[in-house]
Amino acid sequence: MNNPPTTEPVDHETEHYAHDVSNHVRGYLLVGATLLVCTGLTVFLSYVNFGSQKANIAVAMVLATFKAGLVAYIFMHLSAEKKLIYRVLVFTGIFVFALFWLTYLAWYDPITH
Amino acid sequence: MEIPYTVTARPDTGLWNAKVGIWLFLASEVMLFGGLFSAYIFLRLDAEPGYWPHGLLNVPVGTFNTAVLIFSSVTVVLAWASLKMRRYSRYRVYMAITILCGVIFLVVKLGYEWPQKYDHFGAYLKTSSLEKYERYLGNKHLLAEGLPPRVEITGHLHNEAALDDPKIKEYEVGLDVVYTDPTDPKMDRPHFFFVPPTEHVATIEKADVERATMFLPTHNNYFATYFTITGLHGLHVLGGVIVFTYLFFFGGITYRQNPEHLANRVEVAGLFWHFVDLVWIFVFPLFYLL
Repeated sequence: MNNPPTTEPVDHETEHYAHDVSNHVRGYLLVGATLLVCTGLTVFLSYVNFGSQKANIAVAMVLATFKAGLVAYIFMHLSAEKKLIYRVLVFTGIFVFALFWLTYLAWYDPITH
Repeated sequence: MEIPYTVTARPDTGLWNAKVGIWLFLASEVMLFGGLFSAYIFLRLDAEPGYWPHGLLNVPVGTFNTAVLIFSSVTVVLAWASLKMRRYSRYRVYMAITILCGVIFLVVKLGYEWPQKYDHFGAYLKTSSLEKYERYLGNKHLLAEGLPPRVEITGHLHNEAALDDPKIKEYEVGLDVVYTDPTDPKMDRPHFFFVPPTEHVATIEKADVERATMFLPTHNNYFATYFTITGLHGLHVLGGVIVFTYLFFFGGITYRQNPEHLANRVEVAGLFWHFVDLVWIFVFPLFYLL
């Protein structure tokens, strides 16, 4: 099987596309800076006593999820991806949820509780 | 044989093939790391009070490595964007920085952090012996503060022969600072900056010890999960560095044939790299901070 004809953009298309990508570059830099600030914030908040270890873990995990979301949404281009990728990720999400649900059930042990 | 749909989209999926492939691979990676994080959660929730250690890792070094990885995520996406803008020399600069960041991360991890742990000693005391070592543990103070007890004494082992020689009946440990003044409220929470073991040497009789080893994966569940997860993560970083190095040195051939093909290759490798960064975003607080 061969590739379809190469769709090398002509000059004006390349120029337009390059301009489009260059606009995104500022966004990438902004996200990078946000991630670095959030890392500093995660470290700082870990030394703040929120009343219990569980509360500190919850705060750190909320921040980590926010950071991971930024990486996935912006750097991994999930903000504008094709449907097939989202389908793959929905299934992944279901399996991950099941995995951690099982972990929770094993710890909580609903039969003896 | 030419591999199909490396540049243009396949009509039925709307995607070039490698992109579908990398996302399916990343889905399997989510389950791989998910299983290990699940083990971490399970072991931590089941740990008896005092048996899940805190403050044993170097937070500034971990923060530095996190920043390095985040920075490299930015440079790899900029390398891809440079190719999209057909600026090959700029792509090479960003790719070189990304490789350098990956190498720095690995050197810090394998050349500094891990060896520091191999050189550190910990002795879990028998429950019946905790009272005897109260002057080092400060458990009455911790109890009054509503904090979990200390059940282990850590530091630098002066007589390493004691680990293997049954004739030696005690461990001589240069104490970590927390055990020199255990009732000081400043010691209730881990220090931000790394403090090396002190010159204050405590003698711990082997008869009072439940188990004692250097900080290896066998030391406790914390280090077992720490070395497993950071080790696997480190292998991923190494894999990324190898692929980026290939693209750095040999990308020019692909670029001359079809720049978009190289951009797609960099995008796929970049997706993997971002995933590695994403995993570290959770590893860092779970092991270093909480």
